[in-house]
Amino acid sequence: MIVIVDYGVGNLSSIVNMLRKAGGDVAVSRDPATIIAADKLLLPGIGHFDHGMKMLNQSGLREALDRFALDIRRPVLGICLGAQIMGKSSEEGVMVGLGWLDITCHRFDVAPGIRVPHMGWNQIVKKRPSPLLDTMSDDARFYFAHSYRMSCAQSADVLATAKHGSSFVCAVQRGNIMGTQFHPEKSLRHGFALMKSFVELKHT
Amino acid sequence: MNKTRVIPVLLLRGKGLVKTVRFKDPTYIGDPINSVRIFNEKEADELVFLDITATSEARGPDFELLADIAGEAFMPMAYGGGITSLDQIQRIFALGFEKVIIDTAVYTDPQLIHGAVTIYGSQSIVGCLDVRKTWLGRYELVSHAGKFKQPVSLKAHLQALERQGVGEIIVNAVDRDGTQSGYDLKLIREVSSSVRVPVVACGGASSIDDFVAAVHEAGASAVAAGSLFVFVGPHRAVLINYPSRAELALRLP
Repeated sequence: MIVIVDYGVGNLSSIVNMLRKAGGDVAVSRDPATIIAADKLLLPGIGHFDHGMKMLNQSGLREALDRFALDIRRPVLGICLGAQIMGKSSEEGVMVGLGWLDITCHRFDVAPGIRVPHMGWNQIVKKRPSPLLDTMSDDARFYFAHSYRMSCAQSADVLATAKHGSSFVCAVQRGNIMGTQFHPEKSLRHGFALMKSFVELKHT
Repeated sequence: MNKTRVIPVLLLRGKGLVKTVRFKDPTYIGDPINSVRIFNEKEADELVFLDITATSEARGPDFELLADIAGEAFMPMAYGGGITSLDQIQRIFALGFEKVIIDTAVYTDPQLIHGAVTIYGSQSIVGCLDVRKTWLGRYELVSHAGKFKQPVSLKAHLQALERQGVGEIIVNAVDRDGTQSGYDLKLIREVSSSVRVPVVACGGASSIDDFVAAVHEAGASAVAAGSLFVFVGPHRAVLINYPSRAELALRLP
């Protein structure tokens, strides 16, 4: 079962809808035991970095999430803020992230023709093979809505990049831990393909 | 790939969809849930739903209806109409909308946007301006679905919205609404040159040519329309439609 972590942040119903459409057996939970027992986790998130971390720390799920991601090591997919908080910190706030990945988040620079937030559809460029993106079609495009971008200390963690002014990291993976800056749950058939890959992802 | 979002704006009145002319004379279009299914198939970039009587009826959003709509949508969606509290905003996000649109409440509760932004981030909060041209050709802001004039100037209001932290601004020309006489390019230019967040042109679009003009001549980041996506032909026969990706990619950046 794929468990969507309910820590009070994010558009849970959209994620449930898309995962179910992609054939996933899905539950929404804020119970540590259910989270530990999951086959896969989905960490949602929309909004301010500090609000996300505050809600997560208050949820009482921190220990279960760390154990799942770092010890049990089954697949975890973070979306948008859910991906950013897997990192260490963000210029958006002062809170410390989960620290699973060596990621820091920085605000986009406003430049001529470049408005912030980065809002809308964009193409992505695969940087290395991954089950998550390997089924992606040539015309794939994904929906973004964010003012802060991820930056990876280790380039091996970068799965894909996109361009808004300059190039930025839009998908990451280190082992079982994966994240997308864009919203697969809102990216029509392209997001459906990604979610289907996540649903069908094999793990040991 | 074209990045300019092309956004159908769908007006809710009761449980149905309507289309207005200059914010008046609502024509019944059909069932919102069915329309969302059609826009899914046509791969619309984004949908905007505005409940046009929520504010005047002094009620909040129709959460039950919004849940049904969100349950069918696999593209980004924004909702506006009757929002006055953070609690309502939270519920709308939980249902599966990514953005809320604040219009009237900007005037009545200047703290609302700032409060929402510190929780949900700028990218989730959209400001909407309803703008009318006076007989002297000056722009004035109106609220409550066009009923009341607001004393603040366009420029000052834009500065306030950006300061409060909105992540996007929809500029809606009331005089063009439903007329399909083209966007008010001067108005859109005035807005897009005053702010650094994305600007969505709305009001008057009749063709892809109008989209192109809004982007190239007026600096819009995205284009929205109502009539264009729900009517076809000179007699305005109701038919949900959306241009093909190939057609959009050919014309829009």
